[in-house]
Amino acid sequence: MAERPVPEEKRVFMTGNEVVAYAALAAGAEIMYGYPITPQNEIMHYWTRLAPRFGRGFLQTEDEISAGFATLGGVLAGRRAFTGTSGPGHILMQEPMAMAEMMRLPMVAVIQQRGGPSTGTVIYSQQEVTMTVSGGNGEGLRIVYSTARHQELYDYTIKAFNTAWRYRFPTFVLGDGYQAKMREILTIYPPGERGIEMVAGEPYLVGPGEPGTDRPPVHLRNTYNVEEELNATVMELIRAYQAAAPEIAEYQESGTGDAEVVVCSHGVVSRVVEEAVRELRGRGWKVGWFRPVTLRPLAESGLKAVAARAGRLLVVESAHGQFARLLKEVLYGSPAVLETMFKPGQGFTVEEIVARVKEVARGGRS
Amino acid sequence: MVTGSLKILLGGEGGQGVQSVAAVVAEAAYAEGNEVLYIPNFGVEQRGGVSIAFLQISDQPIAAPKFRYADVVVALSQRAVARTEQYVGLRTVFLHDSAVGGVEDLLAGRAARIIAIPALETCRRESDPKVFNMVIMGALLGQTDAVSLEGAKAAVRGKMGARFAKQPELRELNEWAIDRGMALVAARQ
Amino acid sequence: MEPVMPKCWRGESKPHKFCPGCGHGLVLKALGEAIDETGAMGRMVFGCDIGCSLLAWDLFNLDSVQTHHGRVIPVITGFKRANPQAIGIAYMGDGGGYSIGAQHLVSAAIRNERITVVLVNNTQYGMTGGQMAPTTLPGQKTETTPYGRDPLTTGAPLKGPEMVAAIAAPGAYVARGTMANPRRLRNMLGSALRNQMQEAGFSFVEVLSACPTNWRTGPTETWRFVEEIMTEYYPVGEIKVPLEQEV
Ligand SMILES: Cc1ncc(C[n+]2csc(CCOP(=O)(O)OP(=O)(O)O)c2C)c(N)n1
Ligand code: SF4
Repeated sequence: MAERPVPEEKRVFMTGNEVVAYAALAAGAEIMYGYPITPQNEIMHYWTRLAPRFGRGFLQTEDEISAGFATLGGVLAGRRAFTGTSGPGHILMQEPMAMAEMMRLPMVAVIQQRGGPSTGTVIYSQQEVTMTVSGGNGEGLRIVYSTARHQELYDYTIKAFNTAWRYRFPTFVLGDGYQAKMREILTIYPPGERGIEMVAGEPYLVGPGEPGTDRPPVHLRNTYNVEEELNATVMELIRAYQAAAPEIAEYQESGTGDAEVVVCSHGVVSRVVEEAVRELRGRGWKVGWFRPVTLRPLAESGLKAVAARAGRLLVVESAHGQFARLLKEVLYGSPAVLETMFKPGQGFTVEEIVARVKEVARGGRS
Repeated sequence: MVTGSLKILLGGEGGQGVQSVAAVVAEAAYAEGNEVLYIPNFGVEQRGGVSIAFLQISDQPIAAPKFRYADVVVALSQRAVARTEQYVGLRTVFLHDSAVGGVEDLLAGRAARIIAIPALETCRRESDPKVFNMVIMGALLGQTDAVSLEGAKAAVRGKMGARFAKQPELRELNEWAIDRGMALVAARQ
Repeated sequence: MEPVMPKCWRGESKPHKFCPGCGHGLVLKALGEAIDETGAMGRMVFGCDIGCSLLAWDLFNLDSVQTHHGRVIPVITGFKRANPQAIGIAYMGDGGGYSIGAQHLVSAAIRNERITVVLVNNTQYGMTGGQMAPTTLPGQKTETTPYGRDPLTTGAPLKGPEMVAAIAAPGAYVARGTMANPRRLRNMLGSALRNQMQEAGFSFVEVLSACPTNWRTGPTETWRFVEEIMTEYYPVGEIKVPLEQEV
């Protein structure tokens, strides 16, 4: 291989799409497949400019169904392969994702959410949560990292390749149009220098040896003849997923020890929530925040513990309850009151979250 | 470096160069050691719409990509005034090109200050309308402590390096425009 | 001189939302004139794909619908099948028609759907900011072919009308027009609509068109690209005309 794409640790000022391209290069991603869609385009634009210099591949496919299946082809060949998409393209990509779940193919997809439903806006939303965690005709056996800032976009894009190949489940980095298009400061680094060892890819098909003589031929299937057989296969997948889940699940929290209201959010909204909570804390309000980094699997014990301490949770999201539903599923039976602040397809300002938290906190006192 | 934080909103017609101004100031602020967050507002229409840039410069990490009230709003066209009006608060300084009318009436009592700059007219009279946005940037620099004049010029050179090399007079024209913008705003103080 | 607007254009929806110098405006003007000539506006349904074509959704005084990227052909097909009296127009880009929705174009041509497809060939993806399309010329630089399109790895530019003509049923009308010759374009679009109205068969018109924004060209270069460079690869003319077409 030629020179290294990220030779040393470096502070940079970039857009999120550029960050993803650099992270994928630094992670040793070998090929990208994609179809144009805003706000994801520039991942491809940076990739097509940079990749040839480092011997990496690219294919623009005819649509996202093809981009997704071609990525699976790359993975079957043992390559660290990835794709990126958004909104309507993400819908099409659920078909290959279902195959990846069934056959445990470590495909990596970066999703930059845009407004929906339908063509919606090309700007921003958190409305692709349900589709990302549980799209397709299966059980949602995927891993989903929801990032909040460019540093995380870099860190978790690298991590996604390792999680995917270590656990062999399709893995998403869930960003959004804001993260895609905004410029901010972060530090990029070669993963090795931070002690991150990249899990090697491994061919599923056409690996070493002569099939039939050196090794048995590989026959991968996703079609079963009888119910029992399918059920046994899926249950095995689910058990494997559940066993891995505690190692994969990540969350962050602050001020939840004595908080009367805990604000729950994910992704880019969390940074606004964190600031709102910091302000309120400064003025003596007993509030905290809880933020899952993985939306699937969810850090269930962390969330339950927070809910048990705080009387009230306020869920804030740029969708109409897609994230809240994930929390509710875990919190079923918990006495905590769940308040909401939903703005499908629109971002939040610190001011409005502060106002809503006060309202919820006052409600709690009276 | 700035102390505290500075929220700037720029709005203009597509093609007026609003995003270039935001990108240059963002780049300069980054180079001077600030925390910076810049996000363009983008829609499906590439041209023909109002183009908006949200720019924040701070000595602390920045939370939300967009904000409720701007410290400074810069509006380059009539439609941009209508589009940016919602970001004006009692502490907002509203900077606009004097070719845009009705701003005083619209914002009376709702903004801290309203400053009209004859940027377009000055460009037409004294040089070239294509550096209109650089005059505006000069005015913005004069009005805030976002970045130093030298820092901004260096960022322009960084962005336009190749074209300046081909056409050295372009560099002069741009730097003239930035200085001129600063002078125009100083005259309004 | 204020150019005369087709009667079926809505006065209020001007100025339309395309970039200055965009070919879509000229194509839609020719299409508007062809629609005027049919005198059957009450029966028309205008569907647009997602691409810059979607910006035309409220341009006409016609019932219209925005669809999804690549999916305007099935939407208009479904409409026409449900209401055979309707005159269905599917307006789309080359990405929509030849890439993501190519299967729909192929299938509609094979089934000889009684609809009219107008496809704007501007050699790249306009709306998403200038990526390679199936029509991108060899060596042409786009955002996803930053070093120029290499036919060895991305294939040769697709000649859509030639492909459609090869698979379409006998009653189909297939042509390639250009924004550089609006009169001839209007005639082709008129023939296409008449072909549908006479229930002769499928009709398909590709139009060579400019995208100065993503080509990053000035007016002179833009026109030179459409008139000289594009036509070298994409010959203009009628490619398939039903034998018994009455004009
Ligand atoms: C499933 C899906 N994938 C991607 C997109 C993003 N997208 C919108 S328009 C477009 C391409 C437009 O190009 P073209 O069809 O050639 O039309 P033009 O804009 O050039 O007129 C794409 C890829 C989408 N809307 N839906
Ligand atoms: S991007 Fe190109 S095709 Fe789209 S409106 Fe602008 S010039 Fe026309």
